Amino acid sequence: GLTDSRLGLGRPALEAEIAAWDVDILPDGTGLPEGSGDVWTGEEVFAEQCAACHGDFAEGVGNWPTLAGGWDTLDRKDPVKTVGSYWPYLSTVWDYVHRSMPFGAAQTLSDDEVYAITAYILYSNDIVDEDFTLSHENFLEVEMPNAAGFIVDDRAEAEYAQWRAEPCMENCKDSVEITMRATVLDVTPDQAGAA
Amino acid sequence: MSDILKSSRRAFLRGSVAAAAGAVTAGAARAATPDPLITEVQDWASGLGQGVDEVPYGLPIEFESDVIRRNVEWLTADTISSINFTPIHALDGTITPQGCAFERHHSGAIELKKEDYRLMINGLVDRPLVFTYADLERFPRENHVYFCECAANTGMEWAGAQLNGAQFTHGMIHNMEYTGVPLRSLLNEAGLSGETAGKWVYVEGADASSNGRSIPLEKALDDVLVAFKANGEALRKEHGYPVRLVVPGWEGNMWIKWLRRIEVLDQPVESREETSKYTDTLADGTSRKWTWVMDAKSVITSPSPQMPITHGPGPLVVTGMAWTGHGRITRVDVSRDGGKSWETARLSQEGGNKALVRFYLDTDWDGGEMLLQARAMDETGYVQPTKSQLRDVRGENSIYHNNCIQTWHVKSNGVAENVEVS
Repeated sequence: GLTDSRLGLGRPALEAEIAAWDVDILPDGTGLPEGSGDVWTGEEVFAEQCAACHGDFAEGVGNWPTLAGGWDTLDRKDPVKTVGSYWPYLSTVWDYVHRSMPFGAAQTLSDDEVYAITAYILYSNDIVDEDFTLSHENFLEVEMPNAAGFIVDDRAEAEYAQWRAEPCMENCKDSVEITMRATVLDVTPDQAGAA
Repeated sequence: MSDILKSSRRAFLRGSVAAAAGAVTAGAARAATPDPLITEVQDWASGLGQGVDEVPYGLPIEFESDVIRRNVEWLTADTISSINFTPIHALDGTITPQGCAFERHHSGAIELKKEDYRLMINGLVDRPLVFTYADLERFPRENHVYFCECAANTGMEWAGAQLNGAQFTHGMIHNMEYTGVPLRSLLNEAGLSGETAGKWVYVEGADASSNGRSIPLEKALDDVLVAFKANGEALRKEHGYPVRLVVPGWEGNMWIKWLRRIEVLDQPVESREETSKYTDTLADGTSRKWTWVMDAKSVITSPSPQMPITHGPGPLVVTGMAWTGHGRITRVDVSRDGGKSWETARLSQEGGNKALVRFYLDTDWDGGEMLLQARAMDETGYVQPTKSQLRDVRGENSIYHNNCIQTWHVKSNGVAENVEVS
């Protein structure tokens, strides 16, 4: 636990320093700066800053992340997890784009550009109409489709309860068959290349 | 290179040929002909080796050049936000050499000088503070050995046997002795007022990805370390130099590298790395979040696909490593018949708290096929599950937290393959 004894190390953080580094946005909108951006502006900024990797329609290029689509795939084989199909909070989109995108030139977007890009990603996911403008004032009105799709880690009940038992040591099964082999896929890098 | 070294290399090559020629009698009690490596004076027994001024900071000898990190190109879109793998198949003991300990970056390994380093604590504290690196070195220190396992370790194996080697299936892990300051000491300096229950810390790195994660304050005040040394020396650049977070037992993503800010909050941030990523989708389409702990797990590192048996029948050392985020490993069982029967292996030392433990099964191989498996148990009584058991609860889409029992099919020629068994 904490004690009353302090070493007196470090120095007070200044307001401007905290403002520069503390830019996280919470699900309840805390941290959002004033500003706004509409879908059409977002499309322009997206085309310029994002589409080379994420596609003109946020559908993803090559192996780069798909940001739109994938609805109703979460319970299927190889689900497509996008902002629209998977992400629970819009705050995360704003926060992550603002802080860490574009890949290789992060922290170069203005607040209004981030609002506009976020609006365009929502539009790409059919969550808003083409005339939508996103702002700090209507931010929480956007309903994310998979907002209720998450549960807190339940391994203690769903797994540990049954797997904390003395295991079998002898005659544990009648037969053992090989059902799958990695060499059939042959996707492991060549070991001979190591040097 | 000096003449004496060239000469030594020729001697080595000659020695290799001699050794190969004698291979037919390897393991025999008596050699048919005298071994020239013994009967002839070798260059290294006559000439001189390297001076002490040749290598101020050494690398492994060239004959160990296969003991390196490996990348799997098709796994990710590029190598900057990507993963590589520790050569666990070739290592022994428990401490991972830093130079081949796996890397996982989201915007590359950045270069951050100690002089440029700043750590901020802000949010629900009495005094928001800024520390320099030099400040951190003035706090009382602790040393602990812990494993850092990527949440995605073994993740490519959910749908079946895919990558052929322990390095690739289980190598997103390293185990180091960390020196650092308890996070609680830094939070104490900033001052926490009122209730700690229900509060969180948000931790982020100095890199472009930031990798921000939310951690319950209870864990932050328990055993989380702000570390600046690993295995005795400064952190490697790629492991967070000069300062990283060490979050014992919890998924590697939360071990924030290049740590720059710690914010105390009354709610989690629900950042990208704890919503889009590091959430585990179940068969019904719902997803678990905040799956922080890494459950008990083990893998046989030799024999394994990269470590075939080359010595023929007879004495065989089966070895591997086990670990659990819940505390200590108490037992590891090994099966040679795909789980029909088990024998308890020998732990080379007492299992450390949230650290790797090495196990050995000193056995006799009759030259027949084996389906080798290891099964770890931890101090909570938890027994490492099979992949079927995991799939029955989770389905095949959870990506992370695959701690299933691994099977190696060892053929009579000693070659081993990654397989799944019924």
